[in-house]
Amino acid sequence: MAARKATTKSNVSAEELKGYYRDMLLIRRFEEKAGQLYGMGLIGGFCHLYIGQEAVVVGLEAAAEEGDKRVTSYRDHGHMLACGMDPNGVMAELTGREGGYSKGKGGSMHMFSKEKHFYGGHGIVAAQVPLGAGLAFADKYKDNGRVTFTYFGDGAANQGQVYEAYNMAELWDLPVIFVIENNQYAMGTSTKRSTKSPSYWERGAAYGIPGEEVDGMDVLAVKAAGQKAVAHCRAGKGPYILEIKTYRYRGHSMSDPAKYRTREEVQKMRDERDPIEAVRSMLLTGKHASEDDLKAIDKEIKQIVNASAEFAKESPEPALDELWTDIYADDAAPQNA
Amino acid sequence: MATEILMPALSPTMEEGTLAKWLVNEGDTVSSGDIMAEIETDKATMEFEAVDEGTIGKILVPAGTEGVKVNTPIAVLLEEGEDASDIAASAAPAAEAAPAAAAPAAPAATSAAPEAPVSDTSPDYPEGTAMKSQTVREALRDAMAEEMRADENVFLMGEEVAEYQGAYKVSQGLLDEFGAKRVIDTPITEHGFAGIGVGAAFGGLRPIVEFMTWNFAMQAIDQIINSAAKTLYMSGGQMGAPMVFRGPNGAAARVGAQHSQDYAAWYMQVPGLKVVMPYSAADAKGLMKTAIRDNNPVCFLENEILYGRSFDVPDMDDFTIPFGKARIWREGTDVTLVSFGIGMQYALEAAEKLAEDGISAEVIDLRTIRPMDTATIINSVMKTNRCVTVEEGWPQGSVGSYISSVLMQQAFDYLDAPVINCTGKDVPMPYAANLEKHALITTDEVIEAVKQVTYR
Ligand SMILES: Cc1ncc(C[n+]2csc(CCOP(=O)(O)OP(=O)(O)O)c2C)c(N)n1
Ligand SMILES: [Mg+2]
Repeated sequence: MAARKATTKSNVSAEELKGYYRDMLLIRRFEEKAGQLYGMGLIGGFCHLYIGQEAVVVGLEAAAEEGDKRVTSYRDHGHMLACGMDPNGVMAELTGREGGYSKGKGGSMHMFSKEKHFYGGHGIVAAQVPLGAGLAFADKYKDNGRVTFTYFGDGAANQGQVYEAYNMAELWDLPVIFVIENNQYAMGTSTKRSTKSPSYWERGAAYGIPGEEVDGMDVLAVKAAGQKAVAHCRAGKGPYILEIKTYRYRGHSMSDPAKYRTREEVQKMRDERDPIEAVRSMLLTGKHASEDDLKAIDKEIKQIVNASAEFAKESPEPALDELWTDIYADDAAPQNA
Repeated sequence: MATEILMPALSPTMEEGTLAKWLVNEGDTVSSGDIMAEIETDKATMEFEAVDEGTIGKILVPAGTEGVKVNTPIAVLLEEGEDASDIAASAAPAAEAAPAAAAPAAPAATSAAPEAPVSDTSPDYPEGTAMKSQTVREALRDAMAEEMRADENVFLMGEEVAEYQGAYKVSQGLLDEFGAKRVIDTPITEHGFAGIGVGAAFGGLRPIVEFMTWNFAMQAIDQIINSAAKTLYMSGGQMGAPMVFRGPNGAAARVGAQHSQDYAAWYMQVPGLKVVMPYSAADAKGLMKTAIRDNNPVCFLENEILYGRSFDVPDMDDFTIPFGKARIWREGTDVTLVSFGIGMQYALEAAEKLAEDGISAEVIDLRTIRPMDTATIINSVMKTNRCVTVEEGWPQGSVGSYISSVLMQQAFDYLDAPVINCTGKDVPMPYAANLEKHALITTDEVIEAVKQVTYR
């Protein structure tokens, strides 16, 4: 991996580091809880966990400013928590309840928050890529200085519409950061079984889009790369590609036995590259935090996550009338009720 | 011989125009490419060039004339050695197009008391055939394996079909038996690999293209319709796409709006495609084998919930079911229930319960949606005089609404009640468990509809 080395750069404050630790831990514990609720039958359908990839969204959110936008795939819980959406609302959407971000109508894969500039939550692989370019188109049109983080997977990176979007994004200098979360698998297909051009960030060169590969297990490296990309976009230079090398510890979704890789491969990543452990040891060895400080954070996170699970269980199912709402804008009565 | 210069059509839709201006006079010589006139259409003023060499013998339509019909002679061109006296002879036979032979009309819809149409009521397999219990999943796999053994040009491609053994395990074991040349994992690129499949079919192979679900085939629908379905016609019958597009269709469970759509009515609309949507394992097997052998593109709509269901399947060396032949699951006299795919589950359940109330329902499984066995439906309605259709898809432009129109036109006099279409609700599929249940068609709704058409 031609990745940056993790550094305890002096320009990273203890508070900041602790913040990243906290944010990543929130995602991990939240996802573990979601897995648990799925096992209990409280969450249904597909449920794609983000465990292992936490440093990607936390690092990039650290490079974002208020008003910047984000859009991603179905593997979206981490993105929502990282951009400040309420864990209660996310968890309640997972259980399909009224208190969920989509009133229970979207589910795990389809959540949105206008307030937090989170544009979903999309189930069709790569469909979010042109959407992200379109959000950036709107920002450029309005000349508001915003950028859009458009996240997609290594599998999605082979879809044709990605390249159609690249071409137009560069042609029109759209302020969009294409973030390829390369977790090395698309369902059961490893990257080497889906392409002979595995350096995804380089593919932008054909369209004139600069990019780089980033160590996605190192939150500081991700943040630094994010800042560079954001600066490029805000300077009006058009899109930027970040291929972030990461890893998902769990199966593709809850029903995937993940037989396509060895247990050892997963364990090695967990033992040697875990992004949360990395920050934890940075905090401890740099004496930025004590064991007790971190325990306090762990405890706080546990409380938040447990509360979200409680909320998600207690929140009632949506009223049956909801079946017929939100089909058309400005329209109370559906056409074929 | 003097040639007539005709009023040109300057656009695909132009029928007449104004001869705005002549740029040549009688007696002028012109050669090909010279501008002779300006012609105004409703869209633009166009220059009109000479095609042949010669002398303008006579201008027949003066400048400024409006409404000059396309193909009207507007001038006469004389070749070398000809003079004005040659004009009369050639101008005589008016350039009148022979009336086009009447195109063969589409078979006229007849209303009013039709003859009972002929329907194929032969059994699918000989009486006494041994049966074995199989899941729909196994039946589909066996059908593909048998056809791959029989024809080396048959191959399977799609996402996760090989090493993962299929996202829903339908292709289990096929990689082992047929190898990576014939069981091919693709990247996630539906539009691309569907197109490659169509091209391979043009090139003489018989591809089976699996979509992980039909929801993702929307990425590829252009290749399915514009390339696969239309090429035979566009090539005047020279080449087509003998291939199968297959995968699970319709709602699974709790997977939300983007993963829960029934495409039966969508593909049913397309001439050039055949559309199959089996319910039982035996039908899945017999129809899949027919689909692979068919020389046309076939959309084979499976169902994730049905994959794990077991049915009796005839234990035969080569069991096929012809397209366009419905199956009567249950005979009855009071009402005809028409369904297909997972809708059959509700139709059969409803029939069972209705029987307890003394209502005798005949249940028809279409099995193929296109071609559709309307004869069997009409024959049944001639007996029951009432019809309820059952499907999971949306109401507007549903398969049921097509069946209603067929019955209106071909069996109107036999209907004692309006046909009711039981469909999924007219909403995107919600995720919440309680809402999803309401969005889907239910057995109770079918029973309610039957009571309505039987006035009970
Ligand atoms: C167009 C389309 N094709 C197939 C699928 C089924 N599917 C869902 S996720 C997935 C794998 C995507 O892998 P990747 O882009 O690497 O993202 P990751 O799941 O690793 O985050 C597939 C094939 C889909 N949802 N949409
Ligand atoms: Mg991936």
